[in-house]
Amino acid sequence: MPSPPTAPPRNSPMAPPRSFLWSRRVFLTLLAGFVLVPVYVMVSSSLKPLADVTGRFRWLPSELTVRPYIDIWSTVPLARYFVNSVVVAGAATVCSVVIAVFAAYAVSRHEFRGKRVFTVTVLSTQMLPGILFLLPLFLIYVNIGNATGVALFGSRGGLILTYLTFSLPFSIWMLIGYFDSVPRDLDEAALVDGCGPLGALFRIVVPAAIPGIVAVAVYAFMTAWGEVLFASVMTNDTTRTLAVGLQGYSTLYDVYWNQIMAASLVVSVPVVAGFLLMQRYLVAGLTAGAVK
Amino acid sequence: MRRIRAAAVGAVTLSLALAATACGGGSSTGGGSNDSPKTLTYWASNQGASVAVDKKVLQPELDKFEQQTGIKVKLEVVPWSDLLNRILTATTSGQGPDVLNIGNTWSASLQATGGLLPWDERNFAKIGGKDRFAATALGSTGAPGKDPAAVPLYSMAYALYYNKRIFADAGIAKPPATWDELVADAKKIKARGTSPLGAEGANLSENIHHVFVFAKQHGADFFTADGKPDFTDPKVVAAVKRYVDLMAKDKAIPAGDAEYAQNQSVSDFAKGRQAMLLWQSVAANLKSQGMSEDAYGIAPVPVISGKPGGGTQVNSAVMGINIAVFKNTHNLDGATKFVKFMTSDTEQKILNTAYSSIPPVTSAQSDPAFAAPATAVLKNTLATSAAALPQVPSESQFETAVGTAVKELFADAAAGRAVTTDDVRAKLEKAQQQMPAA
Amino acid sequence: MTTTALKEPARETSPGAAREPRRRTGRIRRLTLPYLLLLPALLLELLVHLVPMAIGIVMSFKQLTQFYIRDWGTAPWSGLDNYRVSVDFDAPVGKALLQSFGTTVGFTLLSVGLCWLVGTAAAVFMQDTFRGRGLLRALFLVPYALPVYAAVITWVFMFQHDNGLVNHVLHDQLHLTDKPSFWLIGDNSFYALLTVSVWKGWPFAFLIVTAGLQNIPRELYEAAALDGAGMWQRIRRITLPSLRPVNQVLVLVLFLWTFNDFNTPYVLFGKAAPEAADLISVHIYQSSFVTWNFGTGSAMSVLLLLFLLVVTGGYLLLTSRGRRAADA
Repeated sequence: MPSPPTAPPRNSPMAPPRSFLWSRRVFLTLLAGFVLVPVYVMVSSSLKPLADVTGRFRWLPSELTVRPYIDIWSTVPLARYFVNSVVVAGAATVCSVVIAVFAAYAVSRHEFRGKRVFTVTVLSTQMLPGILFLLPLFLIYVNIGNATGVALFGSRGGLILTYLTFSLPFSIWMLIGYFDSVPRDLDEAALVDGCGPLGALFRIVVPAAIPGIVAVAVYAFMTAWGEVLFASVMTNDTTRTLAVGLQGYSTLYDVYWNQIMAASLVVSVPVVAGFLLMQRYLVAGLTAGAVK
Repeated sequence: MRRIRAAAVGAVTLSLALAATACGGGSSTGGGSNDSPKTLTYWASNQGASVAVDKKVLQPELDKFEQQTGIKVKLEVVPWSDLLNRILTATTSGQGPDVLNIGNTWSASLQATGGLLPWDERNFAKIGGKDRFAATALGSTGAPGKDPAAVPLYSMAYALYYNKRIFADAGIAKPPATWDELVADAKKIKARGTSPLGAEGANLSENIHHVFVFAKQHGADFFTADGKPDFTDPKVVAAVKRYVDLMAKDKAIPAGDAEYAQNQSVSDFAKGRQAMLLWQSVAANLKSQGMSEDAYGIAPVPVISGKPGGGTQVNSAVMGINIAVFKNTHNLDGATKFVKFMTSDTEQKILNTAYSSIPPVTSAQSDPAFAAPATAVLKNTLATSAAALPQVPSESQFETAVGTAVKELFADAAAGRAVTTDDVRAKLEKAQQQMPAA
Repeated sequence: MTTTALKEPARETSPGAAREPRRRTGRIRRLTLPYLLLLPALLLELLVHLVPMAIGIVMSFKQLTQFYIRDWGTAPWSGLDNYRVSVDFDAPVGKALLQSFGTTVGFTLLSVGLCWLVGTAAAVFMQDTFRGRGLLRALFLVPYALPVYAAVITWVFMFQHDNGLVNHVLHDQLHLTDKPSFWLIGDNSFYALLTVSVWKGWPFAFLIVTAGLQNIPRELYEAAALDGAGMWQRIRRITLPSLRPVNQVLVLVLFLWTFNDFNTPYVLFGKAAPEAADLISVHIYQSSFVTWNFGTGSAMSVLLLLFLLVVTGGYLLLTSRGRRAADA
């Protein structure tokens, strides 16, 4: 069970020695620098005029301008790409989590034949090089489209379907660990009380596993949010996602670095913010999930 | 248990069915149909400053077409980074646009896939006949002896763009006509602290266009007459070395350009940081970057000696965009009508003006819009001293293999390593061995 | 859609309970339920991963070049030719593949090692509360939360030869190099790739290890402290061994992700990566999409898959045996 980290009382034998404090200070400062420099470059470049970012690098803008933040919307249909990304990543996340919850519950709480085969197979799909199944998958989608009239290729639906399976293996595997750590007595009690197995899942196991589910959801979202290869082939102008659409700022004529940075920031801020809001759950969720 | 078995059987059947249908590949049903006569999908290549600019240029024309024919054209401007992949996946699956733009150098490669409608006499007759188009442009529409896979839409040629002020400051009276003159001028320019010549060392296509011309000037070809790769011919090696030496030995191209792949050299030129640029039809681009038309001059690309012309005096590849009809189109008649519309004199004038290219339709070329001195150089080059890149099925592999070899040679040169004839030959040999054994 | 498909059969069984003996229904339900719960996951994996993989394997036995892609049912079978070309290490294709493979292995080991090291160090240092810890932790998660394209393109911007921050600092300001270096082409590109990969990857290790640390009972530390073990000794004797199971999983996942990573090198270098940083994923992409030879590309992917299967299997076998031995 996760226990919140607490500081040892001062002057106890647990108190860290000087050498530890100093190494910590040095290491964390360096690391923070390493993490921060690109972030600073992003922020400062997004406020520079184009001449600043296409000439020699300078730490400070020659003049501050918000022009890039205005231009990004007209150079590339950013708003549309943003909506596409939110819809695709959001739907993929929701589906992936729901399906993973069911599968993980089955593995965690039931004995059945083929359990090992299932877990091994699902995990092994993590090893597939995307290139191997990009073209076949495309063919399958087109053929499903021809046979049933459900347009998967070029649509958001096809992309959602693809991304949700990308995150599924790792999600299932993390949730199995987390469900295992929810005491069985709890859902057995619920079963005795007359809940069905699904009732027990939704009333007992899922609420107890919320942090783990949040962690899985964040992971699924990030997977779908950043994918480039499949998105570049499987989308068209109306369904293009951000990961591909941001490339539109390096045009045939010029690379609008300041706009790239501004657009990157605009699309990152909601994600980073959401991510940071969730991080409390995330750390707790991973504790019991991955770490079994 | 029954239900599980049913589910299992269902799953297996489904997957087998999927596998079977997928193994069938794209539908191979012949030459298109006219199932949806009222709509067309058109994939345009990105010709203007951005996708948004292209839409602004093309949409009014498409609206005109709809007024004339009642056919609605759905436009998608596909960025260059995605275009070939999109065409490939469309070809594989049979699901694609009705009409599309292709880079004219891809013509033979795409022709070999059989995914594009062949333009035989009958089809050409529907758009006004083959002889409406310039012969050089038609030379880049597919393998010789086969019906063209596409129709020329925009033509472009390389030229030497030079900054008038930098030239005057360095005391150079006229643009260089030979490579020796260019190298000598570069020294003068460099002595004054300006970078002489731009290049896109990490851009595979740019590399190919230049080494192709150098090979021609050395009297060599990358492919034998029967279409076999011949990259290690001593003359080819010398030609490639000559191009790389512009950076490695002559220092005319600054080392930094070795990593350029996104047209940064155009930007350098437009901002006055660089004296010369070898580029194709770049006027509209320079204008959009704020360089006024008086600030630069335009001259033919240098040759080894003498004047540009045929044979070893070639000084540009025939560049341009072709328009093609996808064989699996659901609106064959409409697609043909659309190609006719796009290659009509009126549209040719409008579109080629917007993109500062040359109309491949001869009757449109005579329009005064294309008589300005800058355009005259390009027009002249196309007519007299441009040669088509190899029209072989493996052209696209050639671009990748040799383009990468040149990129690596530039990287070596930029790192300050000497680039010897042996180095060049070794890289080209490796490139040749990566070509499909055809 | 999948949720309803899943719930309905479960509901259907309820009325049956009235007709049939209770015990029997319960048994059937116990037997079928897990499969029903797995069904959506299974179907999707089948659709998006397993069937395409099977098709991919079929493709690898075909001569699937540009002449046949339009209707690749007609592509001639080529037997093992594609594999032979891929592993003929004397010929350029095989040699390039081997070289790319070597680069990828080296890159992956270094990247995973560094991610793990930095992540673990940061997690251990941040175990105890101190002022600004929350802020720092939030900051550390930023690289992981940024969309891949945004993060990598920022690094491209910084790695430029003429105008990049890296050369500005190393050359112009610190004078460490006698001339600006190239990072996106040539030999240095390997380090550029490694830097970006570690920058993006270490927060994940940090996250997982942070979580793992919370599972170590405080009593262990206290007992060790009473025995006179200093901070560093406690880290060595308690923290690191307790992280073993976490590390087992973390290292494997990082390895697989890094090995198969396509997005980072693709955004960093484009379609033709420099030789020094020619990762296998981009290499295979180039061998199939750029040169239009999907048969050979698929054969290479299958070889890669086999390699990863063997490594993962071996790794799991080895680590779990090691773990059992340690437990005993």
